[in-house]
Amino acid sequence: MADGSIGLWTVPLAVLGGAIRVSTPFLFVSLGECITERSGRINLGLEGTLVMGAMSAYGISYLSGSPWLGVLAAGITGALLGALHAGICSLPRVNDVAVGIALMLFGTGLAFYLGKPLIEPTAPRLPAIDFGWWSDIPQVRAALRINVLFLIGVVLAPILYWAFRTTRWGLLIRTAGESADAARAMGHSVLLIRLRATMVGGFLAGIGGSFLSLFYPGSWNEGLSSGQGITAVALVIFARWDPLLCLWASLAFGGAAALGPALQSVGVTSGYHLFNAAPYILTLAIMIITCSPKRTLTGAPAELSITR
Amino acid sequence: MIIGETPPPSGAFGVDAIAMTMRFGDFLALDNVELKVRPGSFHALLGENGAGKSTLVKCIMGYYHATEGDIIVGGREQAIANPKDAHALGLGMVYQHFTLVPAMTVAENLVLARDDVPAVVNWPKEMKELEAFLGRMPFKVPLGAKVSDISAGERQKCEILKQLYLKRRFLILDEPTSVLTPAEADEVLGMLREMVVRGELTILMITHKFREVMAFADDVTILRRGKLAGAGKVSELTPDEMARTMIGAEELTVQPPRTGKPGQARLELQKLRALDDAGAVAVHDISLTFRAGEIVGIAGVSGNGQRQLVEVLAGQREAESGEIRIAGDPYRASREEMRRHKMSLLPEEPLKNACVGGMSVADNIAFRDFDREPFARGGWWLNPRAFRDEARTKIARYKIKTRTPDTPISALSGGNVQRAVLARELGDEVEVLIAANPCFGLDFAAVAQIHAEIMAARNRGAAVLLVSEDLDELLELSDRLVVMFHGEFVYEARTSEADLTVVGRHMAGH
Repeated sequence: MADGSIGLWTVPLAVLGGAIRVSTPFLFVSLGECITERSGRINLGLEGTLVMGAMSAYGISYLSGSPWLGVLAAGITGALLGALHAGICSLPRVNDVAVGIALMLFGTGLAFYLGKPLIEPTAPRLPAIDFGWWSDIPQVRAALRINVLFLIGVVLAPILYWAFRTTRWGLLIRTAGESADAARAMGHSVLLIRLRATMVGGFLAGIGGSFLSLFYPGSWNEGLSSGQGITAVALVIFARWDPLLCLWASLAFGGAAALGPALQSVGVTSGYHLFNAAPYILTLAIMIITCSPKRTLTGAPAELSITR
Repeated sequence: MIIGETPPPSGAFGVDAIAMTMRFGDFLALDNVELKVRPGSFHALLGENGAGKSTLVKCIMGYYHATEGDIIVGGREQAIANPKDAHALGLGMVYQHFTLVPAMTVAENLVLARDDVPAVVNWPKEMKELEAFLGRMPFKVPLGAKVSDISAGERQKCEILKQLYLKRRFLILDEPTSVLTPAEADEVLGMLREMVVRGELTILMITHKFREVMAFADDVTILRRGKLAGAGKVSELTPDEMARTMIGAEELTVQPPRTGKPGQARLELQKLRALDDAGAVAVHDISLTFRAGEIVGIAGVSGNGQRQLVEVLAGQREAESGEIRIAGDPYRASREEMRRHKMSLLPEEPLKNACVGGMSVADNIAFRDFDREPFARGGWWLNPRAFRDEARTKIARYKIKTRTPDTPISALSGGNVQRAVLARELGDEVEVLIAANPCFGLDFAAVAQIHAEIMAARNRGAAVLLVSEDLDELLELSDRLVVMFHGEFVYEARTSEADLTVVGRHMAGH
């Protein structure tokens, strides 16, 4: 290995690095959606929120010169879209799935419209921390250049896990999601709890979007998101509404998505597009294995419109 | 009592509702009703479904705002705008439908119910305090268990404990014993009665069980169709007098006498096993034979596999293993087999399990034969007139109260939905009848009619499987009594020889 060539080890290393890179938006969107769904509402509009977050982060970062202000702007944009979703859903006889799909199209459309002037300029990007300084091998160093948002997400997952159990807000969100009647009988406003949960969910999804435009791939264009927002919603179901499992699931998806490029880098080019489909094949396989027509999903919030 | 006095800071206090009138649009739900609950008493509120009991207590709890009338709490007139106001005054209510969150633990549910849930819950400290609180209470519940994993009886105890934990001193209980075995009911009510006698609590209990009224209540108030029908001391009344006050002058269907002896085996279950929605075994390899001209009553606290058993027989759930035979033939719950063996079903929650709510009464009544002569020509061309004619006959015969045969069935009251299902399922010859809690939540007139129809089907030679949570209903109707516990049949006896204490013990799993 002295000559710096690590042969086939390139593939797992590239998958690892790719997993960390690609999983970050999945992680933020799924943690956000986890909060929203635990409160008993499903927000399918997070794809739109993600793209709007990416656009506003890029715009603010470019205008202010600070990528962190961009991240904050993305979060606020996401929270506003979340408030819009929650506001419409709190009207009588409104279906949250339909509203979500409408907001997904609205969010992406609005982002493309407002983001037209942002395709040309270059905005300051988010920093990464170099955990690979000890190694001489460039592939190792590349894999271990870890972005700060990923680290924040990794810390956030256990905090959410803890918060669902031991904080007042965690308990209230779960109550609203498991039994709206119980929450009402205790004198809480279910709509208000869901509004806040959806706004927090949107905030996190917006931050997930900022990662796309400010770190990887790190520019603004209309093909930025390849459905990460909607995939992350499915990922929450697959992770059984558990924030810690959301972290592992995001990493697994990220790794699967990095498989194609990693194989290409060692010269395996046949079936490149097939390998790129790995995350979707993974989704299908997991859903088939873990679901059964005879059983209800364990861990599903009872008030969710898809499980009721 | 002096107006202007505040409720005492501890101990029981009374509540009076004076001249309560409640209007929902044109409908008069309460008409000048008066209710006086003395401090430190156990008060029963009796009435049929729709008599206005729930409306009255919801007005007291602040869910509804009475059109007219006053609430006096502990001698002082109070404007109760919402449940939080009622809670602040020390009033608490245990609902018929559980308000515990099933996916959370008992401890989480108790802490969550408090008005002052800390921003970050210190669980070790809370657990210590909860255990100390439980030590002072007459009944125990497992604090660390998930609510979805404990029995219905334990859940009901949790609901009551929750109110006591919140330091409520006036408790309203809405049919609290409907999910309990008779022994559990006696235990819970007995302990609450002791707290009442010690002057710690006042209780207002909505019920329809005269046995409990006689055994535990001091006073009773009886409502009929939104009006006060009677009130007084329980010691001065008999169950018959109370029943007559409740029903009024309405005539009930007379149940035919039990005639004929059970015949040959008709329905056989062999090592039948079924899973519940979570994938756990709900029906555990049960075997039993049901004979023609016999009613077999399946007793048990709900949640012991009865629902899954009925769903398998109805074709709503696949059996995991085992066999069902009707008249010797294997039975897999297909429509063809149901028709051939003249199998009828009265499932629980008929609007959900036996009807299509948005379709008309006539359509719903025709479900069994809609694609046959005379309803359909050639098996596909439907004849709406035949539907309507058939529906008119059955609506008259079964006294179904509906505006027209074309009214959507979901617009009917619970009793009339069940009458329509009865008309469809028992209108023709019946050889096997599966009935699950057929009278749940229905008024006396509907109950009497359903009981009469079930007995008549038995007398005509049907094998009847009757699942019920109401032991009195089973004792009245069945020839044979079987107790189901944890998915197994744990006790069997001829009803005439069954010992109620032994039955109750088996229902509780001892």
